[in-house]
Amino acid sequence: MFTTSSGEEIFVIDGHIHNWDGSKANQKNMHGEQFINCFYGYHTFLQPKEKQWTREKFDCYGAEQLYRDLFVDGYDDMAIFQPTYLKEFYINGFNTTEQNAVLKARYPNRFIVNGAFDPRDEEAGLAALEELAATHQLKGVKLYTAEWKGASRGYKLTDPWAEKYLERCEKLGIRNIHVHKGPTILPLDRDAFDVADIDHAATNFQGLNFIVEHCGLPRLDDFCWIATQETNVYGGLAVVLPFIRNKPKYFAHVISQLLMWLGPDKLLYGSDYGIWTPDWLIEDLMAFELPEDIAKETGAVLDLEAKKKILGLNAARLYGIDIAAQKRLLAKERVAVAA
Amino acid sequence: MSAQRVKLDREAEVRAALASVVDPELDESVTELGFVTAVECSAEGEVRIGFRLPTYWCAANFAFLMADDMRRAVQVLPWVTAVKVQLHEHMYAEAINQGVEQGAGFEASFGAAAEGDLEALRRTFLLKAFQRRQAALLEHLLEAGTVAGDLVGLDVAGLRRFELDAEGERLATRYLERRAVVDAGDNSLAFVDTEGRAIAAENLPAHLRELQRVCVNAEFNGVLCRGLLAVRYGESEPQPQPIRIVRRPQAAGAH
Repeated sequence: MFTTSSGEEIFVIDGHIHNWDGSKANQKNMHGEQFINCFYGYHTFLQPKEKQWTREKFDCYGAEQLYRDLFVDGYDDMAIFQPTYLKEFYINGFNTTEQNAVLKARYPNRFIVNGAFDPRDEEAGLAALEELAATHQLKGVKLYTAEWKGASRGYKLTDPWAEKYLERCEKLGIRNIHVHKGPTILPLDRDAFDVADIDHAATNFQGLNFIVEHCGLPRLDDFCWIATQETNVYGGLAVVLPFIRNKPKYFAHVISQLLMWLGPDKLLYGSDYGIWTPDWLIEDLMAFELPEDIAKETGAVLDLEAKKKILGLNAARLYGIDIAAQKRLLAKERVAVAA
Repeated sequence: MSAQRVKLDREAEVRAALASVVDPELDESVTELGFVTAVECSAEGEVRIGFRLPTYWCAANFAFLMADDMRRAVQVLPWVTAVKVQLHEHMYAEAINQGVEQGAGFEASFGAAAEGDLEALRRTFLLKAFQRRQAALLEHLLEAGTVAGDLVGLDVAGLRRFELDAEGERLATRYLERRAVVDAGDNSLAFVDTEGRAIAAENLPAHLRELQRVCVNAEFNGVLCRGLLAVRYGESEPQPQPIRIVRRPQAAGAH
């Protein structure tokens, strides 16, 4: 919960968090090592110096640290686990739904656990998705269209099998399809940042919401264009938001473009924890004002109303969260802990 | 001239040639981006170029394009007998280095895994560079007081004759380098959209807003790449060009 200077309480849903194990012991190969190295590069580039972690802590921070960083030291009220299996790089996977569910069991009111699927698993994967959905009451999935699988270096949401999976999601009530369209996971020749497949999928599956994680960076321009044309395409701000401190001018340009093309109802805050922590991200966003020249050029407005939508209202709408009821539940929990 | 002097001159020539090679995505020179780490020239005219990228994961297709462009840019120097381009610390360093050395295409180098059309990708990014360079020039001209109606009617020859300040000259040269990316048929207008169509004066503000989307994206990527490169190699960040805001011109006739 973030409280403004005038005493208004802002409910915060973090749309993008991880609890990973990138430790040496879990690395399967060189790619596993380089993957967590790359994440640490993002961390050291944009996490404020005084809040940077040691490499050892970054490799595997654990559940207690996560809870403290998000909900005690940070302003998150709830958070959505986006799994990243990466079983080709990590022995037990990097960050799986099953691992995330352990934390959810401990703090049921804090977390939303998303699943994952890979259309290249074909028929067997559909059955596994059914089971995963039933076990975890899934309302969302996270997809890595650029993930390796044997000889395949990625897939598109327009592939026939991908369409079958999306149909099944509709049937199972999994309405939120988070698609990683951003940096770090290797693309080979298939352009993994290409967002054109989202355009088609969003048109064909009007009952689903497509949340493009990292706003298609480094193809933000193409993303803005397709998102404008589709009513069910959203932008996840993970990786975009952390620029706010070191590169505020660039952040201003990007957020103003997103506001201009998509509007404040289509953007979701996400910290991408543990790459970055929600404490400073939210303080900075709440304090941020668009420079006058940029606001004037783009006509974008980033006022308190827009910030409230980005920080929680939009995710609450997508995931069917009644914020007033959720606040009461969390207040009760605090009383119980205090007692 | 001493042998040492020849060597230094040649290295300078190579660096100058490499400065013309751009990262296709960022439309910025690989030398300015800090990607080139080593240039060595032997007395026999052999050139070795070392380069690196911001992450181990940077797209192999872009890495291949850059390596191949570097080879081509240097090979045309009259004294060059052989060029060896070496990418370091990249997941596909070996395949890329070999492929470029043998003059093999991307698809030949990556076998069945490379289904994509590298030429199509190259073109996509040349178009984006065309848009960015056009935006920078248009913005500069509008700021200098040129009116929308005059700009949209200007042909290429007219742009070459146009009286410009030093910065305007630089931007116009850069833009004209990419103007031919768009096939405008018989349309010789200087400023066209990516389909080669003329831009109506009253549509110039909307046209510029679209271009701005491309500019902001590319500049944001540039910041990301520089930042990651700096932390990866523990160096200070190469300084980016200041971001340019594309201004909304006054509607035609409002001047």
